[in-house]
Amino acid sequence: MSGASSATMPLRARAAIVGVGESDQIGRLADKSAQQLHMEAARNALADAGLGPGDVDAVFTSGRNMANEVPEYLGIKPRFVGGTQVGGCSFLVHVEHAMAAIAAGVCSVALITHGESGYSRIGMPRQRWGDDSVNNQFEIPYGAGGPVIGYGLAATRHMHEYGTTSEQLAEVAVAARAWATLNPRAFSRNPLSIGDVLSSRLIAWPLHLLDCCLVTDAGGAVVLTSAERSRDLPAKPIYVLGAGTSLTHQMVSQMPNFDRWDAAERSGAAAFAMAGVSPRDIDVAEIYDAFTIVPLLALEALGFCGRGESGAFVTGGRIAPGGEFPMNTNGGGLSYTHTGMYGIFLIVEAVRQLRGQSGDAQVNGAELALCHGTGGEWSSAATLILSTHD
Amino acid sequence: MSTTYTGPLPVPTPESRPFWDAAKQHRLSLPYCESCKRSFFYPRPFCPFCFGEDVSWRDSCGRGTLITFVINHRPPRSFPNQDPLVIGIVELAEGPRLMSQIVGVEPSPDHVVCDMPVEVVFDDVTAEVTLPKFRPTNRATPL
Ligand SMILES: [Zn+2]
Repeated sequence: MSGASSATMPLRARAAIVGVGESDQIGRLADKSAQQLHMEAARNALADAGLGPGDVDAVFTSGRNMANEVPEYLGIKPRFVGGTQVGGCSFLVHVEHAMAAIAAGVCSVALITHGESGYSRIGMPRQRWGDDSVNNQFEIPYGAGGPVIGYGLAATRHMHEYGTTSEQLAEVAVAARAWATLNPRAFSRNPLSIGDVLSSRLIAWPLHLLDCCLVTDAGGAVVLTSAERSRDLPAKPIYVLGAGTSLTHQMVSQMPNFDRWDAAERSGAAAFAMAGVSPRDIDVAEIYDAFTIVPLLALEALGFCGRGESGAFVTGGRIAPGGEFPMNTNGGGLSYTHTGMYGIFLIVEAVRQLRGQSGDAQVNGAELALCHGTGGEWSSAATLILSTHD
Repeated sequence: MSTTYTGPLPVPTPESRPFWDAAKQHRLSLPYCESCKRSFFYPRPFCPFCFGEDVSWRDSCGRGTLITFVINHRPPRSFPNQDPLVIGIVELAEGPRLMSQIVGVEPSPDHVVCDMPVEVVFDDVTAEVTLPKFRPTNRATPL
């Protein structure tokens, strides 16, 4: 790899992912709290890393409660903590923060953990926004109370501006399902056609039910340490070559543009610059698909295709198994699992691909992966570039 | 006016109270920065463009453009009826954008289109709360 040196990009490849894990089951789990899902994922990721809770000196997590909740539940007393909550991509942001902390020498082993009872709602807070929040004043009274509204607003404008079609949006869901049929852990594995997506009921035009992600219960966790220490651990180190974050708004009414994703343009440019690679170098992409429109705007913002070209880009099976652009190889939030804050699963699947552990969905020879997430309603964007080589 | 309105209602803060008080009087009032001479939204006691704190209130002409929209076929269960809602982003002639409902039009993409001109209407949903909504108009947006 070329283009970025340690002098100009001091975080590049300084940290590596040495463990990934998920809760013992994922899906609809009526007998497990969100906290237990954290624990199972953390336990499994640490075991994968050949480490134990006593080795962890930094915990990153993201919920609606104090960041103390999860370390206490796990019995860990960290000396470094991250509680950044910028929506579903928060865990990608945690990777950037963890790599900075590891490179600065203020922590050694960082545990990033997610647990969410998104479907069963066990151990979950009841209310998202206060009665006098700006959301509850300026968006929710109009009936704009869910993410399908915010994401759909960009779909409508993209269709208006570029002629993007419902069929092209459906391609994203169909490809995700095709990947899910290769993954025994995926929640939805029945075959899916474009016609099935288009004939599912409208939730918020232009988005149909099958343009929308699953709602499930699951946990996921990732363990990072320094590149040096990673070489002494059992798993093949997966180096973090690049990371980028951008926030542009909280409420979708404050989004700068609706036919392009400014935050993703910035996070992607930062990640590619740090990594010293370009979009054409990426072997496998895991892109947050809370709704089918999200990967379309992301593909344009990240430079995989030109502005307005994403609908054509995904058509004809290009992102499906066997296509030239393997994307969302676990089945994605549309068919694998989606707890509410899906971002951790992007990282877990990218690491599995780079280790060659993705079973029937393995992309042969994958050495360079991109993870890209959204948070809120296009509000936050975070991009990671992961590699088998430093 | 309905006394049985069950939908979610805004609860003002001190900084947003003038907006909601004006709405009740059927005025769409926007905070205006006296330093950089721009209206902005949502209400804050300083300007998000220049951080200036010399902020006054100016009434909007009430006309603007529909930037984008969705047709929500699953309104929140608390809403008084479950008919599809057109929810959109309006860019006012003065510049600011806000979320609102588009009313007085068939909730169908055959009748609602991006960039269509809209004008404010005031929906007195309760005795205390008026929600500014928008409807299509043929009147051109002033520059
Ligand atoms: Zn100003």
